[in-house]
Amino acid sequence: MPAPSSSTVKSPLPSDYRAAARTSSRRNTLNRVIRRETIIGWLFVLPALLIYAVFVLFPFLLTILYSFFRWNGVGPATWIGLNNYLTVFQVPDLLGTIFNAFWLVVWFSFIPVGLGLVVASVIHRVATGRLGALARTVLFLPQVIPLVAAGIIWGWLLGLPGLVNQILSAVGLGAITRAWLGDFDWALPAVGLIGIWVLLGFCTVLLLTGMTKVNPALYESARIDGAGWFREFVGITVPLLRYEIGVCLTVTVIAALAAFDIVYVSTAGGPGNSTAVPGIQIYILAFTQREVGLASALAVLLMLLVVLIIIPIQRLGRAESTS
Amino acid sequence: MKRKISLIISTIAMLGVLLMSASASAAQAPTAAATGSAPTCGTDPVKLKASFETGFDLPFKLSEEFTKEYPNVTWDISQDQFANLINSTPRLLSGDNPPDLLRLPTMVSFVKDGLLKNLDDYATAFGWDKWPVPQLNQNRVASDGTRGSGSLYALGLNYSLTGIFYNKKLAAQIGMTQPPKTLDEFESLLAKAKSAGLQPIMEWGSAKSGMGLAFPLQALMASVGSTQPINDWIFQKKGATIDTPDNLKAAQHLQQWITNGYFPKDINAIEYTDAADRFTKGEGVFTFNGDWQNAGYDTGMPGNVGFFVMPPAQADGSPAAMSAPLTFGIAAKAKNADCAAFFLNWVASNPAARQIDVTVGGSNPGGPADATMPSVTAGSITNDTLAAGPVIGKAGTSMDFIANSTSSIFAQGWTPELQKMVGGKQDAAGLLKAVQAEYVRELSQ
Repeated sequence: MPAPSSSTVKSPLPSDYRAAARTSSRRNTLNRVIRRETIIGWLFVLPALLIYAVFVLFPFLLTILYSFFRWNGVGPATWIGLNNYLTVFQVPDLLGTIFNAFWLVVWFSFIPVGLGLVVASVIHRVATGRLGALARTVLFLPQVIPLVAAGIIWGWLLGLPGLVNQILSAVGLGAITRAWLGDFDWALPAVGLIGIWVLLGFCTVLLLTGMTKVNPALYESARIDGAGWFREFVGITVPLLRYEIGVCLTVTVIAALAAFDIVYVSTAGGPGNSTAVPGIQIYILAFTQREVGLASALAVLLMLLVVLIIIPIQRLGRAESTS
Repeated sequence: MKRKISLIISTIAMLGVLLMSASASAAQAPTAAATGSAPTCGTDPVKLKASFETGFDLPFKLSEEFTKEYPNVTWDISQDQFANLINSTPRLLSGDNPPDLLRLPTMVSFVKDGLLKNLDDYATAFGWDKWPVPQLNQNRVASDGTRGSGSLYALGLNYSLTGIFYNKKLAAQIGMTQPPKTLDEFESLLAKAKSAGLQPIMEWGSAKSGMGLAFPLQALMASVGSTQPINDWIFQKKGATIDTPDNLKAAQHLQQWITNGYFPKDINAIEYTDAADRFTKGEGVFTFNGDWQNAGYDTGMPGNVGFFVMPPAQADGSPAAMSAPLTFGIAAKAKNADCAAFFLNWVASNPAARQIDVTVGGSNPGGPADATMPSVTAGSITNDTLAAGPVIGKAGTSMDFIANSTSSIFAQGWTPELQKMVGGKQDAAGLLKAVQAEYVRELSQ
């Protein structure tokens, strides 16, 4: 191994300086470019950020602020510290709504995501072309129909003289007919059914989009190996759709825990408090009862609860999708 | 997402209110009334800003007629559903440009916040204080926040009356030749209807509409007991309670009616409009409702509907009824307060306005004792409801609505607890205790 030439060893400095100078000037240009791009990037983001700050961040901070006051929305506000939070935990009706919200997670989240996976994979496998487009449209329609109109229609369908009971009677199940939305045991599942109707299309379309992303060669080779629909579903579809499933779960779990619109247009929390959810309570407290502080406290607690539940779901989706 | 957006918007609105309320001044006394002569709308162009309730034609028709008579007055009317008025009115009133005239969904909290004009001077100037006493009492608020006495803060466009409507054909079928004179007679009719296979009472009860069983319950309260404690409770008199022995008896009657199957079994899911519709189509011998539904019954079952007020439990007792004014007030910061007050006075005293009041609204127009009663179409149920008014007036047994005691006693108290009673999850004693607890909780806020 030849010894290193002395010149290179002895005088590394000038060339190094030059190189360093070159690098630093390049870095400076680079920095400048990056800085300019950063500024341009921020400029692009700015309008959206501004709107986000004004309509989301600022009200969010205000809600936290309100939660420490007793305030009727108009008159003078009194600082009462954490008393509103204590009240939430002392009034059993308010805590009961949170329990109902967890029940709704099953109906709004688990069933639509599970069913969505099955439906999407069926559409993906058999119903391509026009039939697939039709199925997608029909399933997605509830996302387009105004929920208030849907609530009224579901009220008729599930009423005592409604279509659901007519069908049940026609097939000999007249004994179990009831006013589904007015029944203490069945109102929450009935609201859940409306939730499935609304959210199934969203999940199906999202999952279907994910499936088209999967390399068809995988399915092909699985089929050559003799895999049936179920093997394909468990072995390829579900593992490769983890990220999409994560998104579906996130959106639908939030829809369940923070539910307001579906419940409000179908039962408004009744009968009794059997379908009352935190969203409805916050609305009634803030606007009917005009206890803005207490409503804000419940809203803050609801938000914390949602964040606590969503973060693990997000972690799960992210970790699995990178693996 | 929609919820989030609406929450955000409302929060922004609240901030606006917070900022504006800082500059809001307390209620000012009317100026024109101080000069001695009654205020008018003058001759210069006036644009009255008004907030009305959607779905009720009466104030709109009255405003049209008013402009015909006083062409210098034009209107800028906004309208919303009653449930939304409860939410939006505080912000309307505390804003920079509050309505001159507005339908009041609730009153005491607005008075406490200094958002409503004190109408005492107008009452003197126009002579409202000489009207038959009960008319104004429900619109008075005392300095301690109790209703029923004190300064005047609103006026009724008319005075509705509730009672029992019945299907004449079905009533004849169960042998009812004349309205029952006592509670016992009424209950035996209900039993007959049940055993004849008819639906004895049609009523609504969904949380969206608000529980309609509050109507028969209050009627029963007034039938077995006196109306004074009920009004004291509604007016938030100190120490008032709904949990009295008489009211317990009334609630037990109601629970019995539920157990006997006198109400539709799907009542917890029936909306107000559906109940009215099903009654006009012949489902239900009786229904507890108010005279605001008169036009609907006249159209849906012409000539086949009758009306009586709830009979007393004792044969020598007086019938009682819930009668509430259609309350309109003037914002404390209203720009045209004098003209709005003049309009309210015109509604009560002008013959054309009173005629519209009865024809369109179906209720008693109230006003001066010597004012003539407008004519009613022959055969209209309005004849019967109007005739019942003086009977109740003479007996002094009119009540406000138990759902009006606090702003959310209906949504948080009566509706869920009565629904539970229908579902067999609440009894008479528990109902009154739960509602009283909610009442105390709300008043302590």
